[in-house]
Amino acid sequence: MLATSPAFKENATQALANAGLQKALTRTRPQHPAKRAAAVAALPEFEQLRDIGRDIKNHTIAHLDFYLETWAGNVERAGGKVHWCSTADDARAAVLEICNRVNAKTVTKGKSMISEELGINEHLEQHGITPVETDLGEYILQLRHEPPSHIIGPAFHLNREDWEESFRKAHTDLPADRVFHERRDIMSEARNELRAKFLAADVGITGANFLIAETGSSVIVTNEGNGDLTQTLPRVHIVLASIEKMVPTLEDATSLLRLLARSATGQDFSVYTTFSTGIRRPGDLDGPEEYHVVLVDNGRSAMVGTEFQDMLRCIRCSACMNHCPVYFSVGGHSYGWVYPGPMGAVLTPSLIGIDKAGHLPNASTFCGKCESVCPVKIPLPMLMRHWREREFERHLTPKAVRSNLALWAWFARRPGLYRVATRAAAAMLGWMGRRKGRFHSLPLAGGWTDGRDLPAPEGDTFFARYAREQRAGRV
Amino acid sequence: MSQTAPASKPRVALFVTCLVDLHRPTIGFAAIRLLERAGCQVEVPRAQTCCGQPAYNTGDRATTRDLAMGILDAFGGYDYVVVPSGSCGGMLRHHLPHLFDDDPNIKARAEALAAKTYELIGFLTDVMGVTEVQAAYPGTVTYHDSCSGLRELGLKQQPRRLLAGVAGLKLTEMTDPEVCCGFGGTFCVKYPEISVRMVSDKTRDIAATGADTLLAGDLGCLLNMAGRLKREGSPVKVRHVAEVLAGMTNDVPPIGEGRG
Repeated sequence: MLATSPAFKENATQALANAGLQKALTRTRPQHPAKRAAAVAALPEFEQLRDIGRDIKNHTIAHLDFYLETWAGNVERAGGKVHWCSTADDARAAVLEICNRVNAKTVTKGKSMISEELGINEHLEQHGITPVETDLGEYILQLRHEPPSHIIGPAFHLNREDWEESFRKAHTDLPADRVFHERRDIMSEARNELRAKFLAADVGITGANFLIAETGSSVIVTNEGNGDLTQTLPRVHIVLASIEKMVPTLEDATSLLRLLARSATGQDFSVYTTFSTGIRRPGDLDGPEEYHVVLVDNGRSAMVGTEFQDMLRCIRCSACMNHCPVYFSVGGHSYGWVYPGPMGAVLTPSLIGIDKAGHLPNASTFCGKCESVCPVKIPLPMLMRHWREREFERHLTPKAVRSNLALWAWFARRPGLYRVATRAAAAMLGWMGRRKGRFHSLPLAGGWTDGRDLPAPEGDTFFARYAREQRAGRV
Repeated sequence: MSQTAPASKPRVALFVTCLVDLHRPTIGFAAIRLLERAGCQVEVPRAQTCCGQPAYNTGDRATTRDLAMGILDAFGGYDYVVVPSGSCGGMLRHHLPHLFDDDPNIKARAEALAAKTYELIGFLTDVMGVTEVQAAYPGTVTYHDSCSGLRELGLKQQPRRLLAGVAGLKLTEMTDPEVCCGFGGTFCVKYPEISVRMVSDKTRDIAATGADTLLAGDLGCLLNMAGRLKREGSPVKVRHVAEVLAGMTNDVPPIGEGRG
């Protein structure tokens, strides 16, 4: 996927002026926080679970080599195959090789962010294989040739009229004057369209919410059941998973599942939670003849041992972006790559480079709401600050910011001189603004005054007035 | 003022904050009055400038550490350090020690300082046991929970408890008083369009309460919200909560309003 993260500011400007997007964001904004709050309130041990979740992931990442090998051994024992892929190129090649070997013409897909990260659809299409997205949101985005704007609600940026328009355009064999009374009608039409495709597919590709070391299983959660049809109907099932999806045991997976849906959608549990272990055994009613896991690193192992290691705990619930006022101002596409919102602001620089993704960890007020709702307690603002430190060390911070900061710091280190300078500045601004108490515009303050007045200072500094009061014996 | 104060008079150092020093000294004097009424001996160390957040949040650790060293020297010898700002308070209380993770000696000093540093309103209620203030304010106010005070220092009920005792004051809550106003330090000028969008959401929420006054505990947020309210032509008056609690609202016009 081509990153437009360097153009974050321009993306944001367009997003703020996009009436359809703003309508969608305004509609969805209150929904997730309210649902999550209700789910959390109904589970007294939720806060303890967050600690447990954090500890499970920390332990696993600290012993990732051991668990990966244990898991891989169990996958192979269950008749599956693990494809170890360091890079996105390796992973794309592995998927294509499997599809070519079984002469796949069409491939059904469950919703997977790692698939977006790897650009699997484009790669398959380039090689004459048709990918079919089966998650309702992803399906509609495929019709519209758009990337997802949210990690669990890919079509978060669209309104119902957009869905209807896309369906009328794509499903030309249906009556043009049909009426979509409710969301269910859209869903039914997608189901009917997809049914034949599920049955015709040669390969099914899903992501994984967890990989379980002790059993060699992969786990997906969905609300539509499309993931199950994707992975059980075709002859071949390919799981795309990144290395940090690992957990040691079934019990660990269930602990994290208790956090996942509550944090994501406010459900106690997703509608479908599916564990897949290896190939169909004799006597099994269903299951694939081939079970492959394309295990992807793509930059993650380089995060281990750095200040960004905590980010590998992320279970992709989306609570951070669901509660983020910046996300809800500019929408997911503004972030310019696969992962938006606070988790994207930390992860994206790790995966595509801080030189390209520098805006993302800067476009935060550090309000801290994301950290307060993260089910595995990732200190997201602190990690964004660490990216700003990396930028500063590498002189990637804009020159004007750097020189202003240096000038300010020179004075701030010298309280005596600082007093003289601040006293003069406050006196001048206070005098200029004494009548109205504010400025409509001011040289060099355009960033502030384009959308706000600048309140004028009182005129005295605190320290000047305090010295006067002391001399007069009043304090 | 009724309270169950500690037995002896604690020596409190006021960390004025750079914004209060430069922009609205009345908040500093309101803090002194509130602390003295609560039974504290207040001193204002002269060798103070800024808590370092502009450098810290720009990724300039070296400058942040330099400023932190100055703070450790200036504020080491007091019983408490009190700050009329949640974000500067959070900086001293939560972030300062981690700047010295590689130097156990300085880290110990920073931790000692952090442990005795409080935001003003939280200090009055939680440490000094203040339950009532002598102040009157005729009007309906709404209170914005600034992010760092709320999430780093746990300030939520403290200002509301004290405001409840202000004669004539009625508190009416916003739909979401906890959502960020979009100030974010340098964020507001680095990403002005997003910041203005965020503060516009906030001013809409403020207007919907029907309150005639907006209060908060952080001057940065107050300047941002006052700036937007004035640009929108709103009649809502904006003040730091300490001005109201100290009964100093006649000393200075509301933020962003002139002396006429």
